[in-house]
Amino acid sequence: MIAAVLDDLADLVNRDASLVRRGRYLSTTFLVETGPTAWLVTVHEGRVTGLERGPFLMRAWSFAIRASEEAWRRFWEPVPAAGWHDLFAMTKGGHATVEGDLRPLMANLRYVKDVLTKPRRSA
Amino acid sequence: MADVEPIVGRYLRMTLGGRPHRVYFEEAGQGIPLVCLHTAGADGRQFRHLLNDAEITRHFRVVAFDMPWHGKSLPPVGWQDEEYTLTTRGYVDLILTFCAALGVERPVVLGCSIGGKIVLELARLHARSFRALIGLESADYQAPWYDDTGWLHRPDVHGGEVCGALMSGLIAPQSPSETRWDTLWMYMQGGPGVFKGDLFFYRADGDFRDRVAGIDTTICPLYLLTGEYDFSCTPDDTQRTAAKIKGARVTVMKEIGHFPMSENPAQFRRYILPVLEEIRGRG
Repeated sequence: MIAAVLDDLADLVNRDASLVRRGRYLSTTFLVETGPTAWLVTVHEGRVTGLERGPFLMRAWSFAIRASEEAWRRFWEPVPAAGWHDLFAMTKGGHATVEGDLRPLMANLRYVKDVLTKPRRSA
Repeated sequence: MADVEPIVGRYLRMTLGGRPHRVYFEEAGQGIPLVCLHTAGADGRQFRHLLNDAEITRHFRVVAFDMPWHGKSLPPVGWQDEEYTLTTRGYVDLILTFCAALGVERPVVLGCSIGGKIVLELARLHARSFRALIGLESADYQAPWYDDTGWLHRPDVHGGEVCGALMSGLIAPQSPSETRWDTLWMYMQGGPGVFKGDLFFYRADGDFRDRVAGIDTTICPLYLLTGEYDFSCTPDDTQRTAAKIKGARVTVMKEIGHFPMSENPAQFRRYILPVLEEIRGRG
């Protein structure tokens, strides 16, 4: 199941000192949806300190990134095909959505994109 | 012996919009002039591999300039009270003025992204002034992939960081790490609001959907090459554009994104060398 890929996200991120350093000004909780499964990812100063798997009834998050299981499967392929290789390629193609408070996302865009790409090697 | 590259950089003085400008350019090689236009928010360093390619510089005088406000070309005097905005008219004027000031006659122009888009206007309005036109990642129109270019220029988001992070997705995953990060560094170095100002042309003023049918490729050949991983100007955008222009030649480049000459010079070479060879053969 593709959602299981995210189980290791905290380790993948926190072991990468350079990635943690780049995220040092970000502390927030954001939502990632992989098809029917939702995840709340809590970041504190660049480290992933919480990874909760839904379902959730009424939870706060700053921004949300949602895509189907199939979209994430293709995104996390070692060499993704054109259109599936980047978050914004997927949003333009209608395969993903980004919503909520975009300021923390855009201010830390490289960090967030790198976090989301982290499972790519292990996928 | 010192390991000095054959590229030479100089400044060219010219008047644009009635104001004096000092435009930086680099060049290498001899022969047919090949003027290169960089992408929005970047600079002429994107062409350093082309400028260093002896196969090309043997037959072509390769010239790459930094647009005003970009790279080593300063903005005009008084810039501090202005919001930089690139228009179609201003961009055409810049290219024609640069070529005239440098004294190059009937050059080949190769442009990428905004540079690829403007060659469509050069082809329509000034075909007789050019030997051939090459548009990389070029289309008469391309749908935006994010709503608000305001993200590129506001005090609570670092402009260089967000420009680099956005552009990273437009590079093909196969592109080598070194040239990927060179490409992004240029985006990270752009002046405040400059990329956004260029995008006014790319996204709004440069909608040429009702114009490109007026291009006559019998006067000046037009080559359009687009990377398969470019989701800003997609291969479909280029092919749709070319379908309106009789004689336009289209190539979709494998394992390349929005920055062919910069993100993966070796792969790009495989596509551009035959085009340049053909142009040379036409005499």
